[in-house]
Amino acid sequence: MTAIDIGLPRRLVEFELDGEPVRVPENATILDACTAAGTKIPTLCQGDTLQPANACRVCMVEVEGSRTLVPSCSRKVEPGMVVRTDTERTKTSRKVVLELLASATDLSTTPEVKGWLEETGAEPERFGPPAPPSDDRDHRQPGEHEVPDGMTAATVRQPVKVDNDLYVRDYGKCILCYKCVDACGDQWQNSFAITVAGRGFDARISTEFANPLPESACVYCGNCVEVCPTGALSFKAEHDRRENGTWDEERQTETTTICTFCGVGCNLTLHVQDNEIVKVTSPHDSSVTHGNLCIKGRFGWQHVQNR
Amino acid sequence: MDLQFLSSTPTDDERAAVDAAVAGQAPSRDLLLPALHAVNDRVGWISQGALNHICRTLEVPPADAYGVASFYSLFSLVERPKRVVHACVDLACKVNGAERLTDALTDAFGPASGKTGDVTWLRSPCLGVCERAPAALVFQAGEPATEQLLAPVASEALVEVATLGPSTVDVPTLVPQQGDGGLRLLKRIGVVDPTSLDDYRATGGYSGLRNALLLGPVGVIREVSDSKLMGRGGAAFPTGRKWDATARQPVRPHYLVCNADESEPGTFKDRVLIEGDPFALVEAMTITAFATGCAKGYLYLRGEYPKALHLLENAIAKARERGFLGENIMGHQGFSFDIEIRRGAGAYICGEETAIFNSIEGFRGEPRSKPPFPVEQGLFGKPTVVNNVETLVNIPLILTEGCEAYARIGTAGSSGSKLFCLSGNVRRPGVYEVPFGATLGELLELAGGVPEGRELRAILLGGAAGGFVRPDELDLKLTMEDARAAGTTLGSGVVLVLDDTADLGGFLLRIAAFFRDESCGQCVPCRIGTVRQEEALHRVVGGKKLSTGGDDLLVLREVGQVMRDSSICGLGQTAWNAIESAIDRLGALEKPLERGKRA
Ligand SMILES: Cc1cc2nc3c(=O)[nH]c(=O)nc-3n(C[C@H](O)[C@H](O)[C@H](O)COP(=O)(O)O)c2cc1C
Ligand code: SF4
Ligand code: SF4
Ligand code: SF4
Ligand code: FES
Repeated sequence: MTAIDIGLPRRLVEFELDGEPVRVPENATILDACTAAGTKIPTLCQGDTLQPANACRVCMVEVEGSRTLVPSCSRKVEPGMVVRTDTERTKTSRKVVLELLASATDLSTTPEVKGWLEETGAEPERFGPPAPPSDDRDHRQPGEHEVPDGMTAATVRQPVKVDNDLYVRDYGKCILCYKCVDACGDQWQNSFAITVAGRGFDARISTEFANPLPESACVYCGNCVEVCPTGALSFKAEHDRRENGTWDEERQTETTTICTFCGVGCNLTLHVQDNEIVKVTSPHDSSVTHGNLCIKGRFGWQHVQNR
Repeated sequence: MDLQFLSSTPTDDERAAVDAAVAGQAPSRDLLLPALHAVNDRVGWISQGALNHICRTLEVPPADAYGVASFYSLFSLVERPKRVVHACVDLACKVNGAERLTDALTDAFGPASGKTGDVTWLRSPCLGVCERAPAALVFQAGEPATEQLLAPVASEALVEVATLGPSTVDVPTLVPQQGDGGLRLLKRIGVVDPTSLDDYRATGGYSGLRNALLLGPVGVIREVSDSKLMGRGGAAFPTGRKWDATARQPVRPHYLVCNADESEPGTFKDRVLIEGDPFALVEAMTITAFATGCAKGYLYLRGEYPKALHLLENAIAKARERGFLGENIMGHQGFSFDIEIRRGAGAYICGEETAIFNSIEGFRGEPRSKPPFPVEQGLFGKPTVVNNVETLVNIPLILTEGCEAYARIGTAGSSGSKLFCLSGNVRRPGVYEVPFGATLGELLELAGGVPEGRELRAILLGGAAGGFVRPDELDLKLTMEDARAAGTTLGSGVVLVLDDTADLGGFLLRIAAFFRDESCGQCVPCRIGTVRQEEALHRVVGGKKLSTGGDDLLVLREVGQVMRDSSICGLGQTAWNAIESAIDRLGALEKPLERGKRA
């Protein structure tokens, strides 16, 4: 994942994208090619700093000769491939996948999704009114479920988890994209504090035995929050402001600087609202951090504000 | 790795169980599933202390191990009674009165999943004994854990065993066609002693391996390719092609995985093969390994098959003792191979050919994205052959009689004979062997047809992932190509018969519930689609409407189409097949379904 390109010439692969011949470097994904060609494909579980999880299935495209649609985020371009992004089949798939997600999940803080729902004509309401929140999702046994009556649509709505001072887990917004687990695990942080637990619709992000975060292996690097595409994970400072209605991105400025705590020299982006730091992120294209920080860089800014 | 563990400590029992399970082996993540089984078997559930001890021993992060343990329905992560009754509520048992059993269990022990008292009971997906429906499995944790399969069972008998505890009763494994000289795959079932290697050899056992060793790996692959054998696990992929692709991979080692996870509702042929002729599977795996260059084979056996487990353990041990496994097999210098059994723990999805790798490796049994395919990167990232039990059991036959003789059986497109699992409303349920090309009607006749005075209503072909056919389609020739042409599938060989007493609506609802329960949850179309499918089906079957008044058949169709198009694996891709065929082929669901006439 280093950004240092040693410049080995890569062969070009030619294929057909929506009727036009396109050439991309070998190993490019269909999504890479679409992005280069200016074709917009929605994605949710795809992460610029992570390996594809292939889980959300909003990026599906049609590849000639394939029985099923294929995920553009992970499928590599092959010479002679014929790809279509805008057929009835891909449109139906995109619409229904978004409907399914929206019917089960609170997507109010997922960027862009509102537009996609409108564009595709999604009607999540057609599955029925959302079932009330439940507080037993952390302990459901795989392979069994309550028999539904069909008059409400099951959802992942549940109480917000606030069990530490630094970040909040609102899994009613979680689309199970696997990004936080991958960031916490062997792709970046190697802390392995969280996992996907349970199975099927009851699958969920969890610590061991759903223990509170302070009892887990979490080191509060916030790297899971950094990659979460839905706002299911958010910094407490942001969560509290959203709760009391004072979160306002319009009024925020972003300043990228260098962390002063140690010699690694991580890039920090300070999000400032009303002269207060409200969030710290790191540029995903930074060759030092790839978006990752430690607890000090991520959360150690209170002293700056002691006035 | 600098892992953080929990502060909880194991009890002496828990520690002993884990230590015994990993004794003599280098600690590694792939021992996670066996270690979880060991604790669950001895104590009945997996506590924080026990999980922590497993994690310390195997150097697995506790969260990861929890993610794995909570994936499997046979494990409990909360304390529960040591005695657990798994009452099958799946298709064949449902048709044969499973509800009476669950009612009796509720009366005796309270609602399902109770956490107190001496006994708890669970609704179980298909237990793989549909020919003796209704079935239940009584499990008792301890050292050793004991299990008793009761099938068929009456309510009073089940409650009695549940109250007193399981005992070992050996019910012989039989097939209805026993004694029929034309049997090939089933010829030893019920006839030879499944514990005796001598009996196996006296009935032609190990002549296939002997021939294979003479032919050499390339020759064996040629025989299997020319036999036109196709996989019997459901996907009908040419076996020779799979073997050839694996054998050619320069990367070593290669692995063999025998898929004995048999969990497709209505399927029980692999269990019958293993229980009646376990040495045949051991020989078949050995030939496969020889041909494809595998040094090690994993036999992934469904967790709910205790009798098959014991017989396989015995067969492998005896084969090893006598030089049919291990080093220089049958005196062939340089050919070494051994088999390790891995028990599943209650997850249909682990029969998917890449989920099975994750399960064996100690990860959640989630299917992997393909490509890469197993022949390139399979188990532990190495080239791997995955074959179904029935597929493999054909191999010694091909090697003894030769590919030409083999290919003469069946049809041009589907060679050999095929096992079918007949269950439901049929007079003589069981596993039947017929050459490909027999008709559905002939098969049904072999099994005696529907009970006296009843009328055939529909047949579910291929399992929950298959489809329905109508009573006027009995002249369907049972071949891969005819099934495809007729827009249906033979799948894993399920032939589940429904007569005019069957509650078709309830049956469809069970199929929908099954897919919802068994979805791994990884991808959106399947994870949420199977839920919406079940909900919409409840409305359609129950004659209900949402106030928004949408068209629920359209909901079913669109969700079904997208599950088929955009799910990662075959589970989601087929989760709508049976319901779709009930609508399109049987014309069901057009109006609210009444329960069966006499049910
Ligand atoms: C959800 C799912 C469950 C499966 N379960 C089984 C199984 O229990 N046993 C089996 O042999 N194949 C099962 N399969 C098929 C396997 O993926 C694979 O095709 C088969 O084991 C290959 O062996 P074969 O070529 O000998 O048939 C399943 C597939 C899916 C999608
Ligand atoms: S804050 Fe860091 S250690 Fe904690 S769960 Fe998130 S990624 Fe893992
Ligand atoms: S919490 Fe966020 S990052 Fe983690 S799986 Fe859910 S949506 Fe994805
Ligand atoms: S289709 Fe279903 S079972 Fe298969 S990967 Fe997706 S969620 Fe899992
Ligand atoms: S972005 Fe491709 S599957 Fe999620």
